[in-house]
Amino acid sequence: MPNREPEQGTGDGVLLECAGLDKRFGGVLALAEVGFSIDRGEIYGLIGPNGAGKTTLFNALTGIYGCDAGGFSFDGEPLAGLRPDQIAARGIARTFQNIRLFGNLSALDNVMIGRHVRTRAGVFGAILRTRATLEEEAAIEKRALELLDYVGIAARGNDVARQLPYGDQRRLEIARALATGPKLLALDEPAAGMNATETLELKKLLQRVRTDGTTILLIEHDMKLVMGLCDRVLVLDYGRRIAEGAPREVQRDPRVIDAYLGGAA
Amino acid sequence: MDIFLQQIINGLTLGSVYAIVALGYTMVYGIIQLINFAHGELVMLGAMVAFSVIGALAGTALPPVLIVLAGILAAVPACMLVGYAMERVAYRPLRGAPRLAPLITAIGISIILQHVALLVWSRSPLAFPQIIPLVSFHVGGAIITGVQIAIILTSVLMMGGLTLMVYRTKLGIAMRATSQNPQVAGLMGIDIDRIIAFTFIVGAALAAVAGVMVGTYYGIAHYSMGSLLGMKAFSAAVLGGIGNLAGAMLGGILLGIVEALGAGYIGDLTNNVFGSNYQDVFAFLVLIAVLVFRPSGLLGERVGDRA
Amino acid sequence: MRGVNMFAKPQAKWVGVALIAIALIALPFALAAAGTAWVRIANLAILFVFLSLGLNIVVGFAGLLDLGYIAFYAVGAYAYALLASPHFDLHFPFWVILPIGGLVACLFGVLLGAPTLKLRGDYLAIVTLGFGEIVRIFLNNLSQPVNITNGPQGISRIDPFSFGSFSFSDNENFFGLAFSGPIKYYYILLALLLLAIVVNLRLQHSRIGRAWEAIREDEVAARAMGIDTTRIKLLAFAMGASFGGIAGGMFAAIQGFISPESFVLVESIMVLSMVVLGGMGNVWGVVLGAVLLSFVPELLRYTVEPLQKSLFGRSIIEPEVIRMLLFGLALVLMMLYRPAGLLPSAVRKRELAKPDADNA
Repeated sequence: MPNREPEQGTGDGVLLECAGLDKRFGGVLALAEVGFSIDRGEIYGLIGPNGAGKTTLFNALTGIYGCDAGGFSFDGEPLAGLRPDQIAARGIARTFQNIRLFGNLSALDNVMIGRHVRTRAGVFGAILRTRATLEEEAAIEKRALELLDYVGIAARGNDVARQLPYGDQRRLEIARALATGPKLLALDEPAAGMNATETLELKKLLQRVRTDGTTILLIEHDMKLVMGLCDRVLVLDYGRRIAEGAPREVQRDPRVIDAYLGGAA
Repeated sequence: MDIFLQQIINGLTLGSVYAIVALGYTMVYGIIQLINFAHGELVMLGAMVAFSVIGALAGTALPPVLIVLAGILAAVPACMLVGYAMERVAYRPLRGAPRLAPLITAIGISIILQHVALLVWSRSPLAFPQIIPLVSFHVGGAIITGVQIAIILTSVLMMGGLTLMVYRTKLGIAMRATSQNPQVAGLMGIDIDRIIAFTFIVGAALAAVAGVMVGTYYGIAHYSMGSLLGMKAFSAAVLGGIGNLAGAMLGGILLGIVEALGAGYIGDLTNNVFGSNYQDVFAFLVLIAVLVFRPSGLLGERVGDRA
Repeated sequence: MRGVNMFAKPQAKWVGVALIAIALIALPFALAAAGTAWVRIANLAILFVFLSLGLNIVVGFAGLLDLGYIAFYAVGAYAYALLASPHFDLHFPFWVILPIGGLVACLFGVLLGAPTLKLRGDYLAIVTLGFGEIVRIFLNNLSQPVNITNGPQGISRIDPFSFGSFSFSDNENFFGLAFSGPIKYYYILLALLLLAIVVNLRLQHSRIGRAWEAIREDEVAARAMGIDTTRIKLLAFAMGASFGGIAGGMFAAIQGFISPESFVLVESIMVLSMVVLGGMGNVWGVVLGAVLLSFVPELLRYTVEPLQKSLFGRSIIEPEVIRMLLFGLALVLMMLYRPAGLLPSAVRKRELAKPDADNA
């Protein structure tokens, strides 16, 4: 099933560019002069020891934090000053490290909410149940069901999100993010807490997402997954970029080895 | 007569009462992030209990100071008891529930207390008996009464006492620890339930005294006096930075002064389109303005509106 | 799956609906037999259901605690009163000014909401409470220098609903049945109420309704999913306010007299109690809550007072006090023992359940 949205841009070249990004918390420099760029259709990994600034970078990208210097440009346009919802509307969707589903709603409702940003029915449409609204509702539900199936939890649509098994919650979060019709899917440790089989399935799913036309930015600690999945990897340590390149090169980089051993020791 | 100085004196008086009540809101908020809506009713209860005692003793030969003291001594434990019961019955079971829940019980408790007071004391207000001789002093064109001096002094004493307690005693340290991080405080061997109950009790005691003060100042106490006063004191706590003790004191006094000056000058400023009958609006306008422009308040560090 | 399936089979459902409809149509005549006062009480109850439905949009759907809701009721009532009374000698027809009242109240809702909806929930509660008080203080005092609201005396001789010479306040006979003013009002209020219920239900099961649910559940995640939370909250506020405004207009018309006294804080809390008692977020629950809290106190008024008189020779506890104690207790006990209300919405029930292990 194609995952491409009609509004999605095509073509090659850079999708996301980040330059000179600084983020301070009080006196602590959480990100310092970070720069990188992600090409369309790529799976781009973001790794680094705990506290390296990966999630901070995600939060800066998705508009939860402002940046102190530098910033992002997405699809050729700067993201500076945009609110999280505006960034989602531009085509960046994310998941959260500590799963933030709408826990008391059904899985289907979670994904349907993801369609919000690509639909338009307002109060009057809802009250009058105009034909356009009804058609849109049907389309929302159809698309949500497709996405549940796409991530492999079609049978779980009516289940309460909070009560789903852990792995399914991760999948549901991805389905909800895909529902926003993103050009870039930003995943914060999607394999955390998964067993080997689940991780393997996740890998297949992400490869499929990419094949269907969505670029992926991936934070992950599971090195096997990162190495097997990513085209390129950026390594952060103490908020600084210490290496970038193909997984194999990065793996051999002495600075990276040092950062990991130093961080893990 | 110097209107400006006079309004400053009046504002200081009322402001120090607001400050004492605001401390109750801020302590409870600081420790469990609950707006104790019923706190204003404790002020009312304090005033009502004290006035009943004072009224009963007014005919005796006791010196007025002792009579008022007896009133306070009756009001404080009564309010402490109600404050404790409130926490036990209505708030403790809801700890950890969504924020909406304890807020709604707080409103319920407030209504119940108000109407129980109505049952006990009836709709008609209690008047403060004429036992205190009217003493007043002239200060540079304005007048300050003995009652005003007593209120300001008592407030300052209580604020000092509370500060000492919070920063110098073991109990105070436990309170601050709990407000920083209840889980960790619990792990460190602090009995969180006891500390929270204690916070409510201290706040209630302050409210009781504040009730006596404000009742004495206006010469009247009635069952519905608590809600407006409570709202204003809460505004004061927010103005100073909720959760911050010094903030509550500063906010209370500032609000009192703003209100007094506003009431004194609004007629002149608006060409008498608005008069002093708009006095009660100021507190709310200050509240809204603070929340919109500086939600952390004057002395608050944490901006609380982000998840 | 969606909607309320009270009856298993569709045929049975329609029979049930028909029975309820017949009961609602016959109700005013049954009540009139007990006294016209009871019809008036029923009318006020309908107004409160209407108000509760409006507040339910704000509190139940969007999860925003509004403690000054009655201010919108006041705005609608005064809008109606000023445009249809001898006060300014304006007499617009009701079907023009009811919507105007709704719009004006909506405007007030937006004015209040725009700057404050960024605040965290409990701060918002206090701000709305303050707003309610401000509106009341202005109503009380805007009699000078230009007499707009007529101050504490309020506005009287407000026009009733009427079409040409057909006035809803007159007594009339149709088909040999005596239709008193209150009975005629009952039907038009009931019709408007049904409309309100439909609006509520449709909003709930719409794109906007889902966005409200998302915000209530997790604001950060909702934003990340592209929901403009401030705008969507404002929408809830504006919708709730419009309901309040329209209810206010109806109130002004059926009472014929309004004053600031009718719009005190206690009224806001009463409406909140109705929503909480019935079940935040569930339209039928809210209807039940509002009906219960409208009628039970009246029943008490007619039973407890005579009972007290016969027992003690005088009335010891005023019915008004009983009523308020009841509201207070309803709020506290519901939150402690049944936080999702008598007829809970499934989602709200899960949300308000005591936190347990799987909620970590």
